[in-house]
Amino acid sequence: MLEALTAAIANLATVEHVLFLGVGVVLGLTVGVFPGLGGIAGLSLLMPFLYGMDTVSALAMLIGLVAVIPTSDTFTSVLMGIPGSSASQATVLDGFPLSQQGEAARALAAAFGASLCGGLVGALILTFFVQIARPLILTFGSAELFMLAVLGLSMVGVLSGSGLWKGLAAAGLGMTIGSIGAAPATGEFRITFGIDYLYDGLPLVVVGIGLFAFPEIIDLLRKGRPIASGGRLTGSWANGLRDLVRHWALCLRCSALGTIIGAIPGLGGTVVDWIAYGHVVQVAKDKSGFGKGDIRGVLAPESANNAKEGGGLMPTLLFGIPGSGAMAVFLGGMVLLGIEAGPAMVSSDLDLTYTIVWSLALANVLGAGLCIVLARPIARLTTLPFNYLAPFMIVAISFAAFQATRDLMDLAALLGVGAIGVVLKRFAWSRPAFLIGFVLAPQAEGYLNLAAQFYGWQMLLRPGVLIILAITVVSVFLGARQVRRGAATVAVDSDVSGDGAVGGAGAASGDGAVGGTGAASGAAAIRATGAANGSGSPVDPRPQLAFVAVTAGMVVYAVASSLQRSPLAWMFPVIIGIATLLACLAIGGLLVFGAPDGKLNFDAEQASGTAAGSTISAQFAWIAGFVAATALAGFVIASALWLALFLRLRAEAGIVRALLLAAAASLGFLAVESLLVVELPRGLVQVWWGSVP
Amino acid sequence: MTVKQASRRDVLGAALAALALPGANLRAADFSGRVIEMLIPFKEGGGSDTWGRFNAPYLSRYLPGRPTVVVRNVPGGGSITGANRFAARARPDGLTVLGTSASTQFPYLMGDPRVRYDYRDWRVLMAYGTGGVVYVSSRLGITDHTGLARIAAEPLLYGSQGPTSLDLVPVLAFKLLGLNVRTIFGISGRGAGRLAFERGELNIDYQTSTAYLRNVVPLIEQGDAVPLFSWGTLDDEGGLVRDPSFPDLPHFGEVYEAVHGRAPSGIAWESWFAFFTAGFPAQKLLVAPRETPDDVVLAYEDAVRAYRRDPEYLAGKPAALGAYEQVTGAAAQTIYELATDVPQSAIAWVRDWLRDDFRVSLEG
Repeated sequence: MLEALTAAIANLATVEHVLFLGVGVVLGLTVGVFPGLGGIAGLSLLMPFLYGMDTVSALAMLIGLVAVIPTSDTFTSVLMGIPGSSASQATVLDGFPLSQQGEAARALAAAFGASLCGGLVGALILTFFVQIARPLILTFGSAELFMLAVLGLSMVGVLSGSGLWKGLAAAGLGMTIGSIGAAPATGEFRITFGIDYLYDGLPLVVVGIGLFAFPEIIDLLRKGRPIASGGRLTGSWANGLRDLVRHWALCLRCSALGTIIGAIPGLGGTVVDWIAYGHVVQVAKDKSGFGKGDIRGVLAPESANNAKEGGGLMPTLLFGIPGSGAMAVFLGGMVLLGIEAGPAMVSSDLDLTYTIVWSLALANVLGAGLCIVLARPIARLTTLPFNYLAPFMIVAISFAAFQATRDLMDLAALLGVGAIGVVLKRFAWSRPAFLIGFVLAPQAEGYLNLAAQFYGWQMLLRPGVLIILAITVVSVFLGARQVRRGAATVAVDSDVSGDGAVGGAGAASGDGAVGGTGAASGAAAIRATGAANGSGSPVDPRPQLAFVAVTAGMVVYAVASSLQRSPLAWMFPVIIGIATLLACLAIGGLLVFGAPDGKLNFDAEQASGTAAGSTISAQFAWIAGFVAATALAGFVIASALWLALFLRLRAEAGIVRALLLAAAASLGFLAVESLLVVELPRGLVQVWWGSVP
Repeated sequence: MTVKQASRRDVLGAALAALALPGANLRAADFSGRVIEMLIPFKEGGGSDTWGRFNAPYLSRYLPGRPTVVVRNVPGGGSITGANRFAARARPDGLTVLGTSASTQFPYLMGDPRVRYDYRDWRVLMAYGTGGVVYVSSRLGITDHTGLARIAAEPLLYGSQGPTSLDLVPVLAFKLLGLNVRTIFGISGRGAGRLAFERGELNIDYQTSTAYLRNVVPLIEQGDAVPLFSWGTLDDEGGLVRDPSFPDLPHFGEVYEAVHGRAPSGIAWESWFAFFTAGFPAQKLLVAPRETPDDVVLAYEDAVRAYRRDPEYLAGKPAALGAYEQVTGAAAQTIYELATDVPQSAIAWVRDWLRDDFRVSLEG
């Protein structure tokens, strides 16, 4: 081992190696900043150069690229609330509120510091872990993987905060939507509405953006002020690094967590940030700040998601089984370079393994360093008037969503999920719970199906299963106890707008506007005359009841659609469906029969005073208009025209300025298209006349 | 499925497209300054993607005019999405080509309702095949295929990606041998299947040739796995022969004969053979629309013939593609027809078998 380690360090320390690694890092950062683009686009960029390069240099470039993508996608997560990839979804929860408080630079620096920590700790752990990784990975059979999915699902309890029923219903809806497409056991299709696009289920990137970025953009559009509420930056990057040092133990724990979970093939990347986030919420004494800009909510997922890439190397190198999308790309690159993954990587090729592991760490250092330097200038974006920034963000999320499957239906799905996101946010149904349900539904179903076939009830006797089960029970118990005590409400449910409207029912919001706001909404007049209870008028539950009914309707359709398939294909959606319907029933019952000022009854439209401005549907129509224009004229033309129109009408920019900005953006997209070999949506115009951009 | 209508519409579409843009057709096969898009209907990093990305730079170097060849991944529907898009959009000018795989061929053969492409509308530019080896856990106590009779009662567990996936070839093969195999559906890929084998959850598995050499041979050397037979490969007449990559292993036909005491025959065998051909010897096909002019097709064929001798290609090929040759011209045409022109009787038999044994219906 020592011999291999010194050989690896000798490999690493050459100027050439560091140089190529640096090139990879810069490429990775550049590509990773675009939401929706990741290792894949980077690989296409790199591919032409890989041929004819010597293995070590090519490998260095490849690693540099893969290592920093979870670092640079933090920019859009924190600054704009757009999760750049599945790895940075949890970062949005607290990162974006920090930006709204003008602390973008601090949040970014903390995130990059945590990424760096994750990268280094990951490499350190792997150096020793690699020796026992093979047998350890083999102990994770389908039963253990199923239990891990259950552990992930138990985070719903933690993340739904005060509204447990709503959290459960949101998770159930997420799981139902996550069950769309082929049943893992039989390949039969269900809940597809007869639409080809849904045969594969909804893409995770689209769901992440639709749930988190979309409602925030709509919200900010209505307020029409910069992301940073004061229009200026207060926190500095030094503060962020201080936060990192203060919470060093948390970062170490989450890094270790990320490494281990990343090393388990089959579960890997998609949930690691949520498990880390759930962990920090669970162990924190004061939970009141989560979801409203607690720096620990940034540190935890960011240290875990970079460590995850290191962990993901293990199944990739030792078994040839990629643990994440980025690792699949890496494996593809390795094959092209003629490096064979397999057991030899821990024996005769151990030095190569160490070279890869420590190159990854070095790339993390380079990447995080560069990003910290860039944090402050890029954070200035949050001080721009939002009517200027918003159209570009809308174009950017459309671009990102389209990269999911490169189908116009991606954009339609974005609108659909976005609408769900808006409503979840409005009624304070936990969006993280929805997302966790969505991500884990296929995993839980697939592994349960396999475990049941392999072990039957015997699976409950496996030590690994018992250990994970114990962890799950403890975690649920701790969560439940906190809820019962009523100690410090966790505000991780949907409202990240930082308006103080989280308390619900107007009782806690204390911004005086509560009483009068109801008048703006249609049904308000009737309700406003109702019993006033001193802290504002009670919230009309009817819009919420309508949403509960819609949710129940969707679930009923899913159940009915699944029941036409074989038992292995309907079992899971039906069980989830029944649970969700029960949760819906509970919510409905509490809304109708419960106290009108109960915690559950919450409607942001009637509480926060935003309703006085333009409506949600007006903002939605602008976005839908862009999607429609894209379907008609393709992305480049549509974005040029739509941006100009938006800037002129909404931001009231001068005609010349609007046109120039729009043209610059479109040219930028054209450049990205040709340089990165990325595809942009084509509209009817392009289908008729093939040569139009 | 109404194959006829679909194809007629496609032809009409292509004709209209050609009328609308007369300049798009290249008069002579010269790709100077052009960008050729190789559409791969799978995710980045997978087998088809590696195959496409391995070939792209050589096509770029050897096609007349040295065009830029880019790989465009359009994943979805197990490759149906990308193939549908190619069928709807590609012009017969050699500037857009499609790399299909067994996962594209199988739903087409089975009449999947989502399929809106027709192999009869395409012509083959290059074909690349692979093979596979079946192996079992050494804990079963047998050392080669002759031991199969001894463990006939022993329950074997095989992990399949789905009844209509490429894994129907091994599942059907086990049935033909009369093995007592329980098929576990829902394995997420062949790699995951091998991992489950290594964990001891499964005890019979197969891997395609490169994966076998890379990942299973070490298991055999450690004494954890025992190889039984290879699928075999096709000779020039389309007959089943031993796989040159595994000359010491019998092919499936030999094992069938050893088990049943007679040469393989019958509708079940013919069905297996048809799907085996579509799945393995014709696993990867590079195709263009049928109306593509001969000079363009010839340019591709010449390029493939030329780069097969490129020393860099020869050096990189074993790792990227394994031992099998990429064929073009008449040889590719033979494989193409065997793989895409499967007799209706074989398809009907397989559908009935899937329905009866696994209660799987193929409706959408």
